[in-house]
Amino acid sequence: MNGSSRPTTPSQGTPLLAATGICKRFGDFTANDEVGFEIAAGEIHALLGENGAGKSTFVKMVYGLLQPDSGQIMWRGEPVTIRSPQHARDLGIGMVFQHFSLFQALTVAENIALALPPGESLEDLSARVRKMSAEYGIGVDPEARIHNLSVGEQQRVEIVRCLLQDPSLLIMDEPTSVLTPQETEQLFDVLRRFSKAGVAILFISHKLEEIRALTQRATVLRRGRNIGTVKSASRSSKQLAEMMVGTSVGDIDRQARPSDGTVALFAVTGLDRAPETPFATPLRGLSFAARAGEVLGVAGIAGNGQDELMEALTGEWTGRSHGVITIDGQCITREGPSRRRQLGIGFVPEERNGHAAVPGMTLSDNALLTAHSLGSMVDRGVIRNSVTRQMAAEVASAFDVRLPQENPMASALSGGNLQKFVVGREISRRPQVFIVSQPTWGVDVGAALFIRRAMLELAASGSAVIMISQDLEEIFAISHRVAVLHDGAISAPMVTADTTAETIGLLMGGSVPLDNAGAGKGDAA
Amino acid sequence: MINLVPRKEIPLRLTLTTTAVAVGLTLLAGAGIFGILGYDPLAALYQFFIAPVSRGYQVADLFVKACPLIIIASGLVFSYRANVWNIGAEGQMILGALFSGYVALYWGGMPAPLLLPVMILAGVLGGLAWAMIPAILKTRFNTNEILVSLMLTYVAALFIDWTVRGPWRDPMSFGFPLTPMYPDAGLIPKVDLPVIGRLAQLHWGVVGALVLSLVAWFVLRRTMVGFQVKVMGDAPRAGRFAGFSPALVTVLVLAISGGAAGLAGMVEASANIGQLQPNISFGYGFTAIIVAFLARLNPLGVIIAGLVVALAEMGGDSAQIAMGIPKVVTGVFKGILLFMLLAGETFNRYHVELRLPGAAARAAAAKETGGA
Repeated sequence: MNGSSRPTTPSQGTPLLAATGICKRFGDFTANDEVGFEIAAGEIHALLGENGAGKSTFVKMVYGLLQPDSGQIMWRGEPVTIRSPQHARDLGIGMVFQHFSLFQALTVAENIALALPPGESLEDLSARVRKMSAEYGIGVDPEARIHNLSVGEQQRVEIVRCLLQDPSLLIMDEPTSVLTPQETEQLFDVLRRFSKAGVAILFISHKLEEIRALTQRATVLRRGRNIGTVKSASRSSKQLAEMMVGTSVGDIDRQARPSDGTVALFAVTGLDRAPETPFATPLRGLSFAARAGEVLGVAGIAGNGQDELMEALTGEWTGRSHGVITIDGQCITREGPSRRRQLGIGFVPEERNGHAAVPGMTLSDNALLTAHSLGSMVDRGVIRNSVTRQMAAEVASAFDVRLPQENPMASALSGGNLQKFVVGREISRRPQVFIVSQPTWGVDVGAALFIRRAMLELAASGSAVIMISQDLEEIFAISHRVAVLHDGAISAPMVTADTTAETIGLLMGGSVPLDNAGAGKGDAA
Repeated sequence: MINLVPRKEIPLRLTLTTTAVAVGLTLLAGAGIFGILGYDPLAALYQFFIAPVSRGYQVADLFVKACPLIIIASGLVFSYRANVWNIGAEGQMILGALFSGYVALYWGGMPAPLLLPVMILAGVLGGLAWAMIPAILKTRFNTNEILVSLMLTYVAALFIDWTVRGPWRDPMSFGFPLTPMYPDAGLIPKVDLPVIGRLAQLHWGVVGALVLSLVAWFVLRRTMVGFQVKVMGDAPRAGRFAGFSPALVTVLVLAISGGAAGLAGMVEASANIGQLQPNISFGYGFTAIIVAFLARLNPLGVIIAGLVVALAEMGGDSAQIAMGIPKVVTGVFKGILLFMLLAGETFNRYHVELRLPGAAARAAAAKETGGA
C-alpha cells in the first residue's frame, strides 16, 4: 500500500492525535517502522495486529512510556514530545493496561485515590465514583475490596480510575482477553457511551469480530509497519486477518462429534485442593474424563483455578487431596511428572518462558527437560548430547520451528516458534494423553493454526487431548466437548456442536450454576 | 541517552575479555591506592604479582596455596549454579579438619594404608554434615541459607578453638593450643618427581584438587545431576515441571559444596599443618566465594581463578615483608576485584547503546534526504 504513513481516510478538521513516521528500534529489531496513525475526537479506532506486530510499542510511545527514535506526534494539532505517563495524563491521554495495577487488599476508592493528586477526601471521591458509574452504567461500588471483584469488575475500576482524570483519549490494551462474552458486551456499551461524550478510544485487539462490532476504523500493523487504515465494517473478518498476517488464512476441519462409545482414557474424580495463598483459587471436587479420540476443552476466565488444576494434572502438585487421577484405569494421583510422562502423558503448561522451557538453555537441553525419564537420552547418569540434539532437530523440522542457528537458546526463538517447539516436543512422542494450557496464547496466527491442527491430528490418531483455554474461539474451533471451569469447580462436559458461545459464556461468568450445564443432554462423562 | 539492551547470547570471548579488563582495572586501581598511600605503585605491584613467583619453588607454593581454594570453589560452583547461597564453606572446612583430625588422633592405630582414605572420608562427612544444617532448615522451614550457613561458621570456629584448647590439647604442648601431631600415615605425602625430586611443599592434595575440578566440570556439564542443578538455578518452575525436586537439589548442592569444603579442611590440616590448631583456615572458605565468581561458576575456570587469587594472597605477604605495606591491602584487592567482576557481568549480559540527544532527529533527517 502506497504512502503507508498517511491514513487512508481523510479526517474532518484537526485530528485529536496524529502520529507520522514513528520509528522505534530495540537493538537489531525494528518494532515500529515509519508508522503513521490518526484518531479523531469521539472516534473508536482499532489498532490491529498479531503479537509482536508493534501495537504495544506504538501505544507505549503515545502514553510516554517509550520515546520514538524518530517521527512526530501531534496532539490537537500541536507537535508534542510526550515525556512520561504523567505528562500523557496531563495532556488528557489515559491508558488501561492488559495487566491491572490494583492493590488487592485495598478498596476501589482507595485504589483510585492513589492514582489521583492528593487532597480529596475518600468520601468525596466515592461520591464522584458513584456518579460516574451511574452516568456511564459502569456499576462499580467504591467500598468494595479489589480481591472480591471479578476480573471484569477490576477492569471497570481501572477504567473509572482513568476517566476521573477526564481524558480525551483512552487507550485500551487487549481489554477483552479476560472477559466473558457478556462482560465484553457490557464493556462495549460503556465504551460507546464514552465515544458519544466525545472521548476518543484507541482499542488494541487481535479479535476481529469484536473490532468489526465496536470500532469505526481499524489500523493494521504488521511487522512494525502500518499496512493500512480501513473502515472496520467494510472488511470481513477474513480480510482483516489476511491484512494482519499478510498471507491467506487457512481453515481447520474438525469432525463435529467425537466417535461415540470410546473409552475414558484419562479421568479425574473429586479433585480438591486447598488454597496455599490468600489469592489462590481452591479446587472444589473436580471430576471429568477425556476419551480417546477427542479434544476436551476446558473453558474459563483466567484465575478460576486453571493454574491450580494444571499443576495437579502435571504432578507438580501432589499434595493433600481426596481426588483420584487415573490414566487407562491406573491411579497416578501421587505420581510426579516423570512417572506420569512414562505412562504416556504429555504436558504443555501455559507459560513458555521459565515453565515449559528454560530460556537460557539450548533447544537440545530443553528437549531433555521433559524426556529425561523416557529411554535413550541418559546413559547411567550421563547425558547423550547426540541424542538430545537429534531429537531437538527432529522436533524443529517436523513442527516448522524456524531456527536462527543450529541448536539455539530457547530465548532466541520468537513466542510462536518456541510454542511450536514445546508442543512439538510432546506431540512427537505420540502421547496417549496430551494436556495443554493456553496452547496458542500470544502466538501468531500461522503458528496457532499449526498447533491446533497438530492437536487435532493427535486426537484423530486415538489419543485424548485436554485443552485448557481462555479463548472461546479456540474452544469452538477444535474441541469436541467442552467443560467450563468457574471458581475452582467444573461443569459436566457438553458436546461443543450442541452448545453456543452464549451458554458457555454464562457459565464462565458464573451467572448460571455449573450443574445446569448440559442438563437434559445426558452427556455427563 | 544510555540504553542497556539485553543480549540474547553471551559469547565466550566476551566473557574472557570482560574478565581480563576487570583484572586489569583492579591492578590499575591497586596501583592508585599504593600511590595514595605513598608507595611506589610499580614496585608494589611487582611485589604483589611477580615477586611471589619469580623462583621455581615459589610456583609450587602458589599451587599449594591455591589448593584449598580450588577444592572449595569447585564445590561452591554447584551451590551457586542452583541459586543456593552457601556462604559457610569456612565453617564446613573447619568441621572437615575436625572430623579427619579425630580419625588421625584417636584411630591412628589402624593399618597405615587405610588411615588417609578414612581421614578423607571423615573430612568430607564433616563438611557435609555441617552443610546439612542449613539444608534441612531451608527445606523444612524455609529459612535463609545465607544467614544460617554464615552464622554456623562462627560456631565452627569457636568449636575448634575449644577443642584444641580443651579436650584434644597435647599435654606436651607447653600450654599452646595445639593437638598432638598426626601419625606419619595420616600426612598427605609430598610429590616426589623422578628427575626433579621434590618441588618445595607440593603435595598430592594439589593433584587431587586439579582432578576434582575436572570431575566437577564433567558432572556439571554432562550429567543429569549437573543438568538438574542448572535447571533449578535458571528456572525453578521448569525444574519442577521436569520432575526434579527443589528440596532434593538444595540438599544435594549443599552436600557437594559442604563435602568439598570439608575435604579442603582435611587436606590443609594433613598436608600443611600436621596437627589441629585454632586457625586451620585463613579465610579460604570466604576467599573461595570470590574464586567461584572470578571463574564465572565454571569448575575449570576455578583452577585459573584459584591461582590468581592465591597469587594476590602471597603477594600480600611479600609486599609486607619487602615494603611494609599492610597485609589488609590484600583484602582491599580482593574487594576491588569482586567489584570489577560484577560490573563486568553487566557488560556480559547487556550491550550498551549510546545515543546523544538529537541523534535520533539527525538520523531521521538523514533518512529523509537519503530517501528523497
